Amino acid sequence: MTNQVEIPELGFTGLLRFAWRQLTSMRTALILLMLMGVAAIPGSLIPQRMTNPMAVRDFFTNNPALSIWYDRLSLFDVYGSPWFSAIYILLFISLIGCVLPRSVEHYKAMLAPPPVTPKNLNRLSFHQEISASTASLESAAIWFKQKRFRVRVEGDSISAEKGYLRETGNLLFHLSLILILIGVSFGSLFGMRGDAIVNVGERFINVPTTYDTLSFGKLINANSLPPFTVKVDRFVALYDPKTNAPKDYTAWVTVTDSGKTSKKILKVNEPLTFGNTRVYLQANGYSPVVTVRDSEKKIVFQGPVPFLPQDGNLRSIGAIKVPDAKPSVGFVASFVPTNARTTSQGAISIFPELLDPKLLFSIWEGDLGLDSGVPQSVYKIDTSKLKQIGLGSVKPGETFNYRGGSITLETAIPWINLQVVDDPGKRYALIGGIVAVLGLLSSLYGRRRRIWIRTTNSGVEVAALAKNSAPGLEAEVNDFVKHIKGEK
Amino acid sequence: MQTTWAYISNYFVYSAMSVFTISFIAHAFETAFAVRAPESADKTEGNLLTKTLDYKRTERAARIATAMMILAFFLLLAGVVARGISAKHVPWGNMYEFSITGALAFTGAYLVALRKYDLRWLGLFISISVLLTLGTAITLLYRNSAPLVPALKSTWLVIHVVSAIISGGVFLLANVVAGAYLYLERVESRGERPAWLKRVPSLEVLDQLSYRLVAFVFPLWTFAVIAGAIWAESAWGRYWGWDPKETWAFITWVAYAAYLHARVTVGWRGRRAAWLCIFAGSTFLFNYVYVNVWGTGKHTYSGL
Repeated sequence: MTNQVEIPELGFTGLLRFAWRQLTSMRTALILLMLMGVAAIPGSLIPQRMTNPMAVRDFFTNNPALSIWYDRLSLFDVYGSPWFSAIYILLFISLIGCVLPRSVEHYKAMLAPPPVTPKNLNRLSFHQEISASTASLESAAIWFKQKRFRVRVEGDSISAEKGYLRETGNLLFHLSLILILIGVSFGSLFGMRGDAIVNVGERFINVPTTYDTLSFGKLINANSLPPFTVKVDRFVALYDPKTNAPKDYTAWVTVTDSGKTSKKILKVNEPLTFGNTRVYLQANGYSPVVTVRDSEKKIVFQGPVPFLPQDGNLRSIGAIKVPDAKPSVGFVASFVPTNARTTSQGAISIFPELLDPKLLFSIWEGDLGLDSGVPQSVYKIDTSKLKQIGLGSVKPGETFNYRGGSITLETAIPWINLQVVDDPGKRYALIGGIVAVLGLLSSLYGRRRRIWIRTTNSGVEVAALAKNSAPGLEAEVNDFVKHIKGEK
Repeated sequence: MQTTWAYISNYFVYSAMSVFTISFIAHAFETAFAVRAPESADKTEGNLLTKTLDYKRTERAARIATAMMILAFFLLLAGVVARGISAKHVPWGNMYEFSITGALAFTGAYLVALRKYDLRWLGLFISISVLLTLGTAITLLYRNSAPLVPALKSTWLVIHVVSAIISGGVFLLANVVAGAYLYLERVESRGERPAWLKRVPSLEVLDQLSYRLVAFVFPLWTFAVIAGAIWAESAWGRYWGWDPKETWAFITWVAYAAYLHARVTVGWRGRRAAWLCIFAGSTFLFNYVYVNVWGTGKHTYSGL
């Protein structure tokens, strides 16, 4: 038993200290940084719930077995997943553990004078001895002062250092990343975001019930919506006749905010601002305005019904639900702003403006399931329990008669999607971003270097040292030497 | 009027391509003919004399090569400007326009770097890659000049895209230098460099150069991402949404950040650093090609 090795007991605190050292080491930080880059990749290749819920639904339909596993691994929600969060939280702890002690150290170094002049200057770079009688520490001190060097004067030598901004910038850059992370989390905890489809002519009132979708941060309650209203007076979408691509979207709105009413223009890159809350013009489409009558010509439904655009030419799909008809009817419909027919696809739209609009539909009779309490899409009808009783199409002003009633397309009006966002964290993220760029600039372009001068028996000797192989130090030293020789 | 300017732009792009071709030929001529075979008298068995380089003979070709590159740069610049006039906006509305501007930035990055470093050995590679880019752009990516979609109508288009394109040009240049490093390292591990590679600077210089290029442009790339975030806030209602383009811009940023840390803090040099540099540059290229052409998300402006 003689060769048994004594392993020193680490103990709990020792273990913690060991773990902390490991976590805050540069190596770990670098691995975590690379890991974060790699971990971000799946989110760009697999559809994400947050950005594209429709694609996720399609993915589930097409690959049911795979989807279950993807879902278990949070691959449809990569950026909110436990493993992605784990990586960036560890990275930021590592970052804080590295940057805070360095900041303290750097702060002390900034207050302290440069280190003492080394004994053997001839071992350092750009060493030279100058025997000129004019060369003196006094003229050197003047040059250092002009060039804003920090100096330590000691009897026969001066130690001068410059370029602390490099480390300052470096630390500021890393600290600003922490600020950005704080801004992002603050925004997601205390922010809100919602969408509302508003027909032209209608008024949006900022209360939860007027939203189509609405989500709040975890730490904010739903009653904190600022009271304002936006009435959409007019909306114009311009399209390029050659490419059919949109050229311009403009909405003219009447805004009421804390009792004051004003006219405003809302465009894609020009949101409305109400304090912290901003309102964006995010999407647009058409609402066919229809009148549905029963067999006794009594109006059972009248008004605009928003349809969802399916392509760039705004072929749209939607559902007209008429629970008040006896028996109740539903129209599974598509709407084309500029009608054309192809043999392969049926009715298509060939231009996004209302040049030749047409509403096409199938008519279904029976229980629409609106009273069942199960939430359902306003754009779709579950036809599994319904009976199809007809198929038809109408242009504006036309009426289609079916067994039990009629439907008239009065006209079609545009709708716009207002996106309402309150992100209280974004200003911190912005400040963080600006500081990050400035910090980077001074840390990557800054040069920290030291120059020493000491009197010798025959004159003076000079040497210099650059911390990160700063280019141009040789020229600087030559300039310095010229100065103390009195040549300049 | 609009079509006229688009035609003028195309003529300029075509002229630039022909001048790039002349530059390419001149670079190739220089590389090939600067090599001087050893004197015939010494050609004895067992006496392996290496070929030498003599640039005096090809000085004229070299001057022509660089002059043609400069001329081609200005022709391409005229092409890009004319394209902008025809579309009545900055010419960054679809992938054809991104590509010709990117080729311009790449050439510009080379010409600027040429003033400071002896990089003429890279000219052969630069001229052929620009030619290939322009060729792809004009055959596969060409789209008629069209107005901007509403989301692109913003001053940030200029700020965000200019900084992204310049960063991209310099990143790719750094990639070329890192690639040259890896190739030469392999060549040198087998023995002495062949004559035509003798003018390429030493491995150490290449290593430093690719680092300098990245370190120089990394703040600009950071700015491009932040400018994009500020723009996204006003156009899409959020400054960061993990859109595929944003995700890959982030990955590129992280990869270059890792590269800079690996060099400055951990002290990586040489082969490992060059591979990391190339990996980071590839994420940029992937973002440009994949996300523009096959990707989904909000950054789909390729027009394809």
